[in-house]
Amino acid sequence: MEKAKADIDYNDPVITIRGLEKSFADFEVLRGIDLDLYQGENLVVLGRSGTGKSVLIKIISGLMRPDKGEVMVLGKDISKISDKELQELRIRIGFSFQNSALYDSMTVRKNLEFPLVRNRKSLTRKEIDQSVETVLDAVGLSHTINQMPAELSGGQRKRIGIARTLILNPEVMLYDEPTAGLDPITCIEINDLINEVQQRFHTSSIIITHDLTCAKNTGDRIAMLLDGQFQRVGLFEEVFNTLDARVKPFFEYNFIQ
Amino acid sequence: MDSVNSSPVHAAKKGPSIKARLSNAFVSLYEINKFILRFFKEAFLPPFEIKEVMRQCYETGVRSFTLITFTGFITGLIFTKQSRPSLANFGAQSWLPSLVSIAIMRALAPLITALIAAGKVGSSIGAELGSMRVTEQIDAMEVSGTKPFKYLVCTRVLATTIAIPILSTYTAFVALLGGYLNVATNEGTSYTTYWEQVFEPLTFVDFVSSLAKAIVFGFTIGIVGCYQGYFSNKGTEGVGKAANGAVVTAMFMIFVEEILIVQIAGWFR
Ligand SMILES: Nc1ncnc2c1ncn2[C@@H]1O[C@H](COP(=O)(O)OP(=O)(O)OP(=O)(O)O)[C@@H](O)[C@H]1O
Ligand SMILES: [Mg+2]
Repeated sequence: MEKAKADIDYNDPVITIRGLEKSFADFEVLRGIDLDLYQGENLVVLGRSGTGKSVLIKIISGLMRPDKGEVMVLGKDISKISDKELQELRIRIGFSFQNSALYDSMTVRKNLEFPLVRNRKSLTRKEIDQSVETVLDAVGLSHTINQMPAELSGGQRKRIGIARTLILNPEVMLYDEPTAGLDPITCIEINDLINEVQQRFHTSSIIITHDLTCAKNTGDRIAMLLDGQFQRVGLFEEVFNTLDARVKPFFEYNFIQ
Repeated sequence: MDSVNSSPVHAAKKGPSIKARLSNAFVSLYEINKFILRFFKEAFLPPFEIKEVMRQCYETGVRSFTLITFTGFITGLIFTKQSRPSLANFGAQSWLPSLVSIAIMRALAPLITALIAAGKVGSSIGAELGSMRVTEQIDAMEVSGTKPFKYLVCTRVLATTIAIPILSTYTAFVALLGGYLNVATNEGTSYTTYWEQVFEPLTFVDFVSSLAKAIVFGFTIGIVGCYQGYFSNKGTEGVGKAANGAVVTAMFMIFVEEILIVQIAGWFR
């Protein structure tokens, strides 16, 4: 499906990153990242395996601490806020994990209501059930409500994972490889879901992927992570209109001429 | 339980030097103390996860109940049987219930309960939290604004701290029943007389120290299991190591604590 025109406010950045650095032991993963994510925008982050894409969004969500640099998320400096503020901020950010990270001791229903039950104490049982049904319907998996995560396929798990983050109506969504390891049809469904989330909830998203079809169909802008920095940022055509040998293989592999 | 460490690959690898091991041991001692402090900081702040604590108590009980019943009963029975000849030498079989009761209440019941629970409950806590760590479920809780430490760790530690003393009391009861079976068949002692003789030598200090032991052991099992699982390394091997580490460390600490508490109880006698 072609991507519908998004309503993006380029004067309102929800995430601003300046000079972000992160190393593990003596391995420098991120070496000066600058990035803006605007209100309502889908930004796709491309990059080879091990370039630190997951590390980047883990830093944005406060799971990892940056070594250096400034990371402003929804107006808050992530490395300077208190635990309480961080917890409040996280409710406004949805994080869809690379491997779904469903709670495997809980049913799909329990998985979905977990963030609600624990963050919105005033909700009644009825309201909770209502929200669970709404998000399950949004990802098209209403029939799995009483199943355990182990009984779901990879694609279904991914979608439940996304549903679980949607249930808190996040303002920012972070998708870590939403289509990795899925068949083309499921990929298209997930891409559509990502776009639908953008349109329906007016969220701003960072989408990490290797999958150029996903990048093309979901991204308003593409950012290419190379050697720990964003080397090329812009529209899909701009990013790939290059002879850079580090960028070209992505394109050639994904779109067999 | 040793499968991780005794696999051929591991046996072939040379372990770290003694110095490295020692410094590692001190680092983990520091880390585990930080973990314990964090428990006390978070466990007693609202919201209290009462439902989850109850559920974990139930899990603890269910996981160890059968084995504890069996072991407790057999221990009481065998201990009584084996002690009889020594007492018989002095014609003092009538002291048998008192002897059994002192041995079980002062030493055996909390220790048996704790060792079994370390194996059954401690290892499953380690494996459970370990696999949650490895599959990023703990991170997922963290980013959804729920406090995984409070929800996963505090509840489990509270649960073992509450459940082990209850189980230990139960162990004492079945062990004494085992003793009764043996005494009744040999000496023909009546049920009521047996229990009178059982309670006669026990002092207040005995009950308190037995309870204190069980509480400390329960806390240890919970903390060690959670610590191992919560900070388990990435990868499936990490899960096995967490489960294994939970049992070995907890058992070691239980013996150390046993010695300490016996010493302290001695001052009050
Ligand atoms: N907790 C950690 N401790 C040590 N090193 C880490 C840790 N997390 C990530 N790394 C290292 O950082 C680098 C980047 O990891 P990251 O998971 O961000 O890669 P990625 O770009 O998401 O790759 P992929 O596309 O395969 O998911 C890797 O080389 C990894 O070894
Ligand atoms: Mg990754």
